[in-house]
Amino acid sequence: MRRPTKEEGLWLVPLIIVLLLWEIIAGYVIKDPLILPRFSAVIFSIYTLRELLILDILVSLLHFGIGMTLAFSVALPMAIAMGWFRNVFRAVDPIIEIVRPIPPLAWIPLAIVWIGLNHYAAGFIIFIGAFFPILIDSYTGFRDVPRVLVETGNVLGCIGNIKLIRYVALPYALPSIATGTRVGMGVGWMCVVAAEMFGVGNSGLGYRLFQKFYFLHQMDYVVAYMLILGVLALCLDRVFRHFVEDKLFRWKKGIVK
Amino acid sequence: MNHKLKLHRVTKAFQSEEVEIKALEDVNLEVKPNEFLCIIGPSGCGKTTLLRMIAGLDYPSSGEIILDGDRVSGPSPDRGMVFQEFSLFPWRTVLKNIEFGLKIRGMEDKERRQIAERYLELVGLQDFGNSYPYELSGGMKQRVAIARALATEPSILLMDEPFGSVDAQTRNVLQEELLEIWRRTKKTILFVTHSVDEAVYLADRVAVMSARPGRIIACMDIGIPRPRKRTSREANEIRERLLVLLGSKHQK
Repeated sequence: MRRPTKEEGLWLVPLIIVLLLWEIIAGYVIKDPLILPRFSAVIFSIYTLRELLILDILVSLLHFGIGMTLAFSVALPMAIAMGWFRNVFRAVDPIIEIVRPIPPLAWIPLAIVWIGLNHYAAGFIIFIGAFFPILIDSYTGFRDVPRVLVETGNVLGCIGNIKLIRYVALPYALPSIATGTRVGMGVGWMCVVAAEMFGVGNSGLGYRLFQKFYFLHQMDYVVAYMLILGVLALCLDRVFRHFVEDKLFRWKKGIVK
Repeated sequence: MNHKLKLHRVTKAFQSEEVEIKALEDVNLEVKPNEFLCIIGPSGCGKTTLLRMIAGLDYPSSGEIILDGDRVSGPSPDRGMVFQEFSLFPWRTVLKNIEFGLKIRGMEDKERRQIAERYLELVGLQDFGNSYPYELSGGMKQRVAIARALATEPSILLMDEPFGSVDAQTRNVLQEELLEIWRRTKKTILFVTHSVDEAVYLADRVAVMSARPGRIIACMDIGIPRPRKRTSREANEIRERLLVLLGSKHQK
């Protein structure tokens, strides 16, 4: 008999192996911290950099917050319009599909010219990155509302677009909106680092990593910041899942696990 | 006025690529108050379309549908509807599904919760009020759908093959329960099915429809007293006659 409780710590084993391998290879095979700093050195760097690090995390989260808030509040109303009204979709979709493939980073020059070298310019790049995944998943949710649910609403007195959207379409689309937002957060986080790397603003994790540490060839600092970027994104995702998916979508169990 | 619902020369035609397809032609029907009327017919005869028009989800091309003296012109909670497909709102618990129509009407929380609990009990699911639809079996889902349709106190209950997607045993149980609900609520029920057995077991009267274009070719009173036995001689005789009616039109 296999007991699931025994497998709970399973993820720890490969993690420890990878970290040990890293430490050994960096320390005894490569022996050059410029190419691969040791894991222990990286952890020590995190400790050394703690004050700077906290500031940079806060600035990056600020950029991220500006971008995500903007992306969500623009994408959601558009998604409702596009998903619910066929004609809006037909009219707007071509424009969306032309703009969507442009990489968010290609917007950096325009962002700087339009907004300047500040937090909002960084937020704008994150907005571009997060906007499309949120929009597309969300309008798909609104578009796919089963006819029988709309008609059930109708027969029960839920008549007219506003009521139908509020009581039928929106709750039905919420999981899609959440998925889109989660994907958008992932893309948005990559854009945080990239936007800051290109010097939009003068602090933040990406800015420090690329504009400062890399130019000084402090690879242990660089890798320390990389680790932080990964762990922070993981935390953001977990927090989102905890508060949004687990709490909001109890009814989805059985459909998706 | 001696009828609850009256269909007067109802015709429905669909336009598809320059060809007009007549789904229903000149349907006349009168349903008495408290009557349990079954509509049977071969698939594609337009019986679902007919029911949808009464619900206000479709519109007749000509003719009129009159319920309680008023012409039907759109969906409204005074006609409850149970669909063949599972139609519970998956994000609402059982109780909240039943409350839906009352909430839309603007009834306050406490009052609508009481009503919902009453109807939940009527369909025998009082232990499942806080369950989500995914936790229920097919038969239970349809019971909730019935409770939900009844909660707004509609003047007539429209049922479109509601037990079509549950297994045979459950189906028999649901039929018995529906009769009990009907007895207790004194609703007028219009029940569409393709099953002769179901119609003979449930109905006061059966309307038989022909294949496309659908029209009502016969109405038959089922005079068997309740509780009925599915295998009784009278039931078999009526089944036989209905099958002949359905079959004769098939050969056309």
